[in-house]
Amino acid sequence: MSSSAYRYLDDVATADIAFEAEGDSLEEVFVAAAEATMNVMIEDLSALSPSQGRTIDLENTELDMLLFDLLQELIYYKDAEQLLLRITDISVAEREGAYLLRARAAGEKLDLHRHEQRVDVKAVTLHRFSLKRTGDGWKAFVILDV
Amino acid sequence: MSMPEGLKRISETVWELPVSYKAGMRVPARVYGTEKLIKEMDDAVYDQVTNVATLPGVTKYALCMPDGHFGYGFPIGGVAAMDIEKGGVISPGGIGFDINCGMRLVKTDLTLKEVQPRLKDLVDQLYAAVPSGVGSTGFLKLSKQEFRAVIEQGAGWCVRNGYGWNEDLELTEDWGCTKGADASTVSEKAIARGFNQIGTLGSGNHYLEVQVVHERNIFDESLCRAFGLAPGQVVVMFHCGSRGFGHQVATDYLQTFLKVMETKYAIRVPDRELACAPFDSPEGRDYFSAMKCALNMSFANRQVILHRVREVFSRVFKGSAEKLGVRMIYDIAHNTAKLEKHLVDGKERSLLVHRKGATRAFGPGMEEIPERYKKLGQPVIIGGSMETGSYLLVGTEKGRETFFSTPHGSGRTMSRTAARKQWRGRELQREMEGRGIYVRTASWSGLAEEAGAAYKNIDEVAEAAELAGIARRVVRFAPLGNVKG
Repeated sequence: MSSSAYRYLDDVATADIAFEAEGDSLEEVFVAAAEATMNVMIEDLSALSPSQGRTIDLENTELDMLLFDLLQELIYYKDAEQLLLRITDISVAEREGAYLLRARAAGEKLDLHRHEQRVDVKAVTLHRFSLKRTGDGWKAFVILDV
Repeated sequence: MSMPEGLKRISETVWELPVSYKAGMRVPARVYGTEKLIKEMDDAVYDQVTNVATLPGVTKYALCMPDGHFGYGFPIGGVAAMDIEKGGVISPGGIGFDINCGMRLVKTDLTLKEVQPRLKDLVDQLYAAVPSGVGSTGFLKLSKQEFRAVIEQGAGWCVRNGYGWNEDLELTEDWGCTKGADASTVSEKAIARGFNQIGTLGSGNHYLEVQVVHERNIFDESLCRAFGLAPGQVVVMFHCGSRGFGHQVATDYLQTFLKVMETKYAIRVPDRELACAPFDSPEGRDYFSAMKCALNMSFANRQVILHRVREVFSRVFKGSAEKLGVRMIYDIAHNTAKLEKHLVDGKERSLLVHRKGATRAFGPGMEEIPERYKKLGQPVIIGGSMETGSYLLVGTEKGRETFFSTPHGSGRTMSRTAARKQWRGRELQREMEGRGIYVRTASWSGLAEEAGAAYKNIDEVAEAAELAGIARRVVRFAPLGNVKG
């Protein structure tokens, strides 16, 4: 499954943005959800040049909250450093009852001449937030506050 | 969209779902609106408002205003008053991520005739002076330490540093500074997200609009006069909040509450977004303080934006802002939780009133209203879509039944994802210009998502509030120019 396996839902949240993301593995669904989140802010993600890199290390006892933390981290960089990041490499592991995530992300600052922006994401909501195993992979449902 | 089974009509504009509607409801849920608005209401509103009715301490009713629509946790338009002496909770999902998202209304002595010829220049300069869009930063360069002072002192900090007039503070809710904001209760992350964003609009439904009073849109001539408004007069209205700072404060405490809610306080909620803690708990009190920091950040944000607006008017119309009469009417929050005294069944109670996409609307004579408006009632500013118009109303004595709360906007009826399929930003801009509304935007698709037809009819919302008796219409403002975040 490609890393852009996400779709925005028309009929769920009126003022916010709802999406579904899928992946064969945990890593793939995390990347797809990250892409969906960034694509709300930037129309064409491929226009982001990977000129600045960041390493993201996260730990959570709940797997779905680990995804919440990752999306929230991307939103944080957007405000704190005006950096729009895409995940380039990611691993998720379980150790002693906790889930660990290590990701490398790359991107650049918003450039009004090269990046067509859409709408700012304020936060990841927990309303109906879910990460579930499906028959052959994983599926996430997320509503973003914009 | 359909009316849920069991929805009982209490009066022309009040509809009730009884406690038997859902397991765990402690009080009935009441939704305000005309029959038409109720029929058009998102199904999710009924589900979400009845979830709110299950929260500990909820008093009398869980409420939703006529502009209600799908939220997260609370519906947008949701109001709930928690009795803090009876284990009442505080919940970030009852306030929203954009803490103190609110409205500021500013009048000028300029008329339509004077502004029309300079409108494009005015809007272009406002667009340049008030940054908007994804992750935008403001002109105010503060250290993190200075920012800590701002979040404790609010708009007062701005006025003391030359970004406004003393009068502005008198005309801001809480005098522009909510007391009890302790910067040590907010995270470094929240500060890092917000310290460079003062003076910015943000995006989504945030905007700054140049509007005009038309004689045909005056509902109450004497109230209109009392606010210093007359036909032909130009006003400025803007809608924004506490930016990344407030968003992070809410996110931080949502997670804090999730960790302690069940294990420490044995509270179970039907939606994780309703994560909460007793108001009277270390976590509850810390969030209340951190939320006040975000209230203050937002008052400061709108204060600095007003300063920029004055500079632009001064340049475009060649005169000082004082001479041009660029003076505030009022500034009001619509995403808050406030500790207030309310009469409940004849007894005064201390209630934590959550308003999420709902405006406080105190009736005439109440203590919190600035002296000059005391007889009139508290000004209520309701922002419409960028194509349709906005309202000034005042609070009433009958507002008691909603803990003095009214709608805050027109409320969406169409999702953003659906709206962007229906309209194209550039075409919409041209079409609006044809109708005499000049709009500048940071995002073309964002503009399409804000098309007027994606919203409820603002006139129906304002009328429903007046019919319910919880507010009185003063005047409707028509849009001339819009800076869209």
